[in-house]
Amino acid sequence: MDRFSWCDGGLYPDESRVVEKSGVAVYDGQDKTAFTNGIAILTTHRLMWRDQKNRNCVISLPLSNISSLDEQPSGFTKSAKIIVHLTPAVPGRPPGPVTYSCHNFIRLSFRELGQREFLQYMKEEIQKKKWEAETAPIPSASNSGGSSNLLPRQRAGIMGIERSIQQRNKETNKNISQAFQDLRNLMEKAKEMVTLSKTIATKIKDKQGEITEDETVKFKSYLLSMGIPNPVTKETHGTGDKYYSELAKELSSVLAKQIQETGGMMTLTDVYCRVNRARGMELLSPEDLLHACQLMEMLRLPLRLRTFDSGVSVLQTQSQNEEEIVTQTSQLVQDKGPMTAEQLAQRLGLPVVLARERLLLTEKLGGLCRDETIEGLKFYPNLFLTQA
Amino acid sequence: MVDFDWPWQYKFPPFFTIQPNIETFKKQLEAWCSLVLDYQRHIKQYTLDVTEAQNSELFYNKQLNRRLSLEAIYVVLDELKRRGNLEWKDKSKKSCTLIWRTPAEWGKIIYNWICSRAMNNTVCTLFELSDGEDSEGQEFHGLDKEILIRALKSLESEGKAEFMVFDGSEGVKFF
Repeated sequence: MDRFSWCDGGLYPDESRVVEKSGVAVYDGQDKTAFTNGIAILTTHRLMWRDQKNRNCVISLPLSNISSLDEQPSGFTKSAKIIVHLTPAVPGRPPGPVTYSCHNFIRLSFRELGQREFLQYMKEEIQKKKWEAETAPIPSASNSGGSSNLLPRQRAGIMGIERSIQQRNKETNKNISQAFQDLRNLMEKAKEMVTLSKTIATKIKDKQGEITEDETVKFKSYLLSMGIPNPVTKETHGTGDKYYSELAKELSSVLAKQIQETGGMMTLTDVYCRVNRARGMELLSPEDLLHACQLMEMLRLPLRLRTFDSGVSVLQTQSQNEEEIVTQTSQLVQDKGPMTAEQLAQRLGLPVVLARERLLLTEKLGGLCRDETIEGLKFYPNLFLTQA
Repeated sequence: MVDFDWPWQYKFPPFFTIQPNIETFKKQLEAWCSLVLDYQRHIKQYTLDVTEAQNSELFYNKQLNRRLSLEAIYVVLDELKRRGNLEWKDKSKKSCTLIWRTPAEWGKIIYNWICSRAMNNTVCTLFELSDGEDSEGQEFHGLDKEILIRALKSLESEGKAEFMVFDGSEGVKFF
């Protein structure tokens, strides 16, 4: 009986419940114990017993402590029993209900029958030795960690819970500091990268004559895709309007070409992603970006912020005026036949939202008309206006 | 009966969706109004039951698998009402009378026919006019009684006819 220890009834991570039987009493050898009416629970790792009335009273016995099993059939006044022979007690086990016992076996008395089935399961589990498989994959590296993971679980009471919480806190702290260490390394590297790109930029300026124009252009385009060498930040340009106007200039110089390439229009979400990717470490907040874009018109930059009726915001090149879009789109629909926003998006390589906006704009100005069905919204050339 | 000559819009899918663009919508509505009137004239029907019409070929183009929604049908009918080409028969707007020719126009046609047959100063029953053998082949043959009465009333106000009621049957005397 001294091999038993107190536990909270919870399972280990790899452990699973096998079978339960109520109306079971535990005998220490031949002697009766206080554990007379409870539920015997067999798991892959342990034999547990829980008091039927006081559910917090749970004792457990590792299956590794069992050497052999015997069956004792029921008699006239006796219920059937399983005799569990135990290996010698291991010193240093967690506290249990009995500190010392002279018996080398315990008996489980089944008052509500079912001992045969239970015995069968016990034999199977002891043969499978799942508890060994569980400890094997955890290598020696976390030997201390492994045992400290398991031990607090076996500790009962508030102390046990507190200690496990403490343990968890410690580990989280360690993880966080580790993660930040990585980030610090990255930041140091990033600084190097930025200085590197700066030096390259100045080199290009100095050697303008020596390398051919072609190479310079190529080099510059590399730099552009690499990032923004001197990003406008609040540190360098202060806060308020000055910052935003500088930011607007930066945005328009970086994005003008890209927007031109993507059909003269880019959603603000895309702008946000691209700019932040180019800026690398000095990330922009969405608000700052929006403020900067709103200033573009005032600063007479080649880009403009535009909000469609549907609420979609885009940056577009100044040259992209409405009439052009309308004529382009209606011409396209006339040539290629009726199309949905998705089809137009595919044809022009635009995001669907923008394609949709184009169609709606064209419709608004009378270039197209719509056919709305369950299959979706399709746009047709506006024959109502063009055909008599 | 000769097949109805559908306008090009009828084969144009956007025709069956109310257009949000106001200019486009005006053209669309106009096309619908004339289609409804033309179609009704073609099948010589004066009343239109909205529920039935929903599934008739007028509002449901089976080939295109497009139909005008009930909501849109009411938009068209209300526009016709505004133009004076339609009158609701009941308050719930379930069925209506389509007036694709005004009573005065009808009256004129009838009067011309009477003159051509030299039936002035004779009395005809309404039945003779709308269902009689003599009027067969005439446009007003089979004319709705209600509209016929209105047409005759309009002639009466012009002094070209006199509408009479005797013993529950109605007749008209042309001058």
